[in-house]
Amino acid sequence: MTAQTRKPLFPKTPKPFVHPYFGGSVLGIVLFLALLLTGNGLGSSGATSRFVTAVTDAVDPAHVDRTPYLLKMAGGDKNPLDDWIVPVYIGALIGGFASGLFNGRLKFETTKGPNVSNRTRWLMAFLGGVIFLYGARMARGCTSGQALTGGTTLSAGSWVVMFAIFGGAYGLAYFVRKLWN
Amino acid sequence: MNFPLPEFVAVSTSNPWTYIVFGMIGFAFGYTLEMSGFGDSRKLAAQFYFTEMTVLKVMFTAIVTAMVLTFGAVGLGILNFNQVWVNPTYLSSGILGGLIMGVGFIIGGFCPTTSLASASTGKIDGMFFMLGGFVGAFLFGETERFFTNWWNNSGYFGRVTLDQVFNLPLGVVVLLAVLMALFMFWGAEQLERIFGKKDLSKEPKPRLVGAGVLFAAALAVVFIGSPSLEDNYASLAFTRTETIPQENADPIVNTHTYTADEMLQNRIAFITPAEAFKAKYNQAMNPVYLDVRSEADYNLYHIEDAVNVPFERLAEVVPVLLTEPPANTVFILMSNDETAAVEAWKFLSASAVPNVYILEGGVNNWIAFFGRDDKSLTAQPKPNPGDDELGYIFPAALGSRYESCSPDPIEYEKLEFEAKIQLQLKRDKSGGGCG
Repeated sequence: MTAQTRKPLFPKTPKPFVHPYFGGSVLGIVLFLALLLTGNGLGSSGATSRFVTAVTDAVDPAHVDRTPYLLKMAGGDKNPLDDWIVPVYIGALIGGFASGLFNGRLKFETTKGPNVSNRTRWLMAFLGGVIFLYGARMARGCTSGQALTGGTTLSAGSWVVMFAIFGGAYGLAYFVRKLWN
Repeated sequence: MNFPLPEFVAVSTSNPWTYIVFGMIGFAFGYTLEMSGFGDSRKLAAQFYFTEMTVLKVMFTAIVTAMVLTFGAVGLGILNFNQVWVNPTYLSSGILGGLIMGVGFIIGGFCPTTSLASASTGKIDGMFFMLGGFVGAFLFGETERFFTNWWNNSGYFGRVTLDQVFNLPLGVVVLLAVLMALFMFWGAEQLERIFGKKDLSKEPKPRLVGAGVLFAAALAVVFIGSPSLEDNYASLAFTRTETIPQENADPIVNTHTYTADEMLQNRIAFITPAEAFKAKYNQAMNPVYLDVRSEADYNLYHIEDAVNVPFERLAEVVPVLLTEPPANTVFILMSNDETAAVEAWKFLSASAVPNVYILEGGVNNWIAFFGRDDKSLTAQPKPNPGDDELGYIFPAALGSRYESCSPDPIEYEKLEFEAKIQLQLKRDKSGGGCG
């Protein structure tokens, strides 16, 4: 007879991902609670911007004073990190880690298409990050702040941004198919 | 209880637990993204080769679930939609920025928040994406000055929601969004079958139940409808701060919250002719004088630059007032006395128009105040004017051609008044959402 095996809290083999519709429903409830409690939705790219501004402010405060865009976040008695999006960002990092921990998915690895080297993938991920965040700042929000949150609140501009994101990605997908297939 | 809770609208060091609340929201956000598989760039990129449509499924399930719950809560009067952050519409920078994001998405394999879920579970490419993100955000901050005018103004429509664009009730738009999402899910599964060689018969059956629940909930949102103007009026809240200077110490700042009726009873929403006049020369604000009297009265005498919107036609201009003028606009309502202006104030405030004030004593009071020294003014006081009637008899309809319609700013440079206007700026243009 086999003894009842207890499920380990931190499994060694990765558990399967949840079903997309289930994951989406949970995410939707989280987003609703954020809107209900705080009137703000979800987001992250704003925090990236604020971290960078905090460093700029520490290194060269005079430069912040000369740059109107940065002055909205820093300068004077403003602390760029004093914003709701910063704890959300840090929370998301911890939350992602926790889910990885409980589902056995904590592992140093590189996720990539079958026909590219690790180095190419890293370079492309870095470049993609540069481009994505540049676009996110330009559009005043990324997939979370614009597409998810603005999509939910029926913001006309956010729906436009959402379709533009998909449009940009689908438009280029064919030309970079070697990266992923 | 009225949501959103005012304590949670922003983090503040005076309420340290606000950091915990936002941190927990972030935690749940990161956790759900990771458990949906968004830490793996292949899963994300597959979306754009039609082999696996997880991104679309998760995203749109989340959007419509949150949408149905949000507008259900709005319809039931639990959540005040005017206090929910709605991303303002900037068409030009939104479209270009969105296309750039799409490029970053397919090259980098992540979006910003999924890269957090990826990096925190040890994916090296996720970490590189995060690093690149800091560089990209830095570059935008350094280059924004080259196109700042375009970025801030091009295609700016302010707070516009889809129901206003299509001129449909909110509930119907929610229902249409749900139907569109369900159709997209069906389409996505077909694409997965064709391009991803996926066996759809292995998909869990309860998803059909879920679709039915979602559809029923959307129907309920249509049925509940939107709160009426009266409901909106009853839930209005105005905050006013008073600063009491202290010797050798920081000034004491008191914050009070008033209901709409209290704003009227305590006459906080009323400004004197002097303040209404001085607002024109105040750099911080952009006054718009709305004259809600009949066209006949308006033609007899009106303040220079005042816009005539007879009270009956006020509803037509609300969408314009909500979206067109800059955030620092102050609307100053006036009738002959106050009755119609007060009604107009109630209506505009309930329609979520910010910064609305009433000219104290109306045009009659303006004439009494500025008309004293006006030699061009030949009007005679009318004996026993009725309620909210023009208190003067004008021999001719000269509109704003009297001197007192545009008082001389030098002659009236020093005017004493208790400032009532406190600008409520909509949250900073770049605030909210992704920031």
